[in-house]
Amino acid sequence: MELPIYLDNNATTPLDPRVLEAMLPYFTNKFGNAASRNHAFGWVAEEGVDYAREQVAKLIGCTEKEIIFTSGATEADNLGIKGVFEMYQDKGNHIITATTEHKAVLDTCKHLEKQGARVTYLKVKEDGLIDLQELEAAMTPQTILVTIMYGNNEIGVIQPIKEISAIAHKHGALFFTDATQAVGKIPVDVNADGIDLMAFSAHKMYGPKGVGVLYVRRKNPRVKVTAQIDGGGHERGMRSGTLNVPGIVGLGKACELCRLEMADEAVRLSALRDKLESSLNTMEESYVNGNTQHRLPHVANISFKYVEGEGLMMAMKDLAVSSGSACTSASLEPSYVLKSLGLSDDLAHSSIRFGLGRFTTEEEVDYAIENTKKAVNHLRDLSPLWEMFKEGVDLDKIEWATH
Amino acid sequence: MAYSEKVMEHYTNPRNVGTLNKDNKNVGTGLVGAPECGDVMRLQIEVNDENIITDAKFKTFGCGSAIASSSLATEWLKGKSIDEALAIDNMDLVEELALPPVKIHCSVLAEDAIKSAINDYRVKNGLEALAMPKSHH
Repeated sequence: MELPIYLDNNATTPLDPRVLEAMLPYFTNKFGNAASRNHAFGWVAEEGVDYAREQVAKLIGCTEKEIIFTSGATEADNLGIKGVFEMYQDKGNHIITATTEHKAVLDTCKHLEKQGARVTYLKVKEDGLIDLQELEAAMTPQTILVTIMYGNNEIGVIQPIKEISAIAHKHGALFFTDATQAVGKIPVDVNADGIDLMAFSAHKMYGPKGVGVLYVRRKNPRVKVTAQIDGGGHERGMRSGTLNVPGIVGLGKACELCRLEMADEAVRLSALRDKLESSLNTMEESYVNGNTQHRLPHVANISFKYVEGEGLMMAMKDLAVSSGSACTSASLEPSYVLKSLGLSDDLAHSSIRFGLGRFTTEEEVDYAIENTKKAVNHLRDLSPLWEMFKEGVDLDKIEWATH
Repeated sequence: MAYSEKVMEHYTNPRNVGTLNKDNKNVGTGLVGAPECGDVMRLQIEVNDENIITDAKFKTFGCGSAIASSSLATEWLKGKSIDEALAIDNMDLVEELALPPVKIHCSVLAEDAIKSAINDYRVKNGLEALAMPKSHH
């Protein structure tokens, strides 16, 4: 076993060697521009892209023509949401989203508010799921788009996508989902799920960084988005720019591997995750964040009360994890996702996210359990709050000098 | 963000972790910060009749820089007179630990903790509290 152990697979995943192998020729002898129609170099590159498009389409149950390649999920979120807003302006200006969405969605919505959009930010319940009745109540004749993520990046909860899309469609709105954490991890089928537009990226599923997808439905209904990048009219005019051929080939291969392996992999990962979570949850004053029934197989988010997340991560020095602690960001604000669940700031500061992946072994999980327990105990020995808690002091009754 | 060697050193081997009896007249206790802000420091000093700090202890809930700042502060306090202790500036801690700008608040908190402990000791011994020169972040 090599140290440090990588348990931050929701941030990014290592490239699968089989993906790298598929990509390599496209850096060297197959270097052509996929848009070069007049010679073999272009044809070879185009073939690579076409094949990748098939591989991607197969994973999510769509046709090749519904795949727009982008530079990643953030760009796909921007293109999907801004593109719909601009294209369907005549119909209305109302967008519905949720407070736990990724910043790529939230900040795009905020940007559109300045352009005249009206945006409803649905609150989530304390398990992280949205309330379908609240969604229904928020729908108006002006609602053109509902954008709710598939699986959450911090806590892994999976939203009721079929029910959400049905509500959107009933009121004549389109449904967009950021499925970056879900595609390749759990079965995602755009038709069964009623998805009109969907964003995801390669590097969260053992593919390369710098390449992603916007799925845009072409039938029932035919969805159109206004291009956000002007130029040579690539990707059927919706996303200009020379295609990242090696990246796209890698994305295709990554999708194929996920399609073939994810069922078994989900079983293996959820067993490992449950082992990690149940072992750590035996510690006093530890809390699992988010719904534990509807969630991705590889994520565990746990708060260890009375220790601060960043300090804790320093003690877990052989583990690469992440925290909802403010100290990990420049803003000094703890995770807005955890706060949306109604978690108090101190519990948000005390949270650690464990993200398992394809290359995580049981030996590594066992090591992580021991390492984490040791670190939590060490930090609690240093914590005045832990000492006060143990002495029975009610911390809520102390007048803290909030800064 | 990588931590400086000195922060790592104090974090790994924190000095003077512990608790003094806060009810003793010669012990001053400073409890600063807030759980919802992600850092709370408790710093205690024990003072002899010559106004010399003979012992100092801390416990801190916070990031590595907060723990290192309070650990270093207790190390500096031992053997100092109250007046010398009052002269410790947060920027001295910043310099010694090579704290980056986003971690300066940790040193401010440590300075607050020192002054708050001294004030507690002063009030217990019939002296008036000194004004806190720096506001909380």
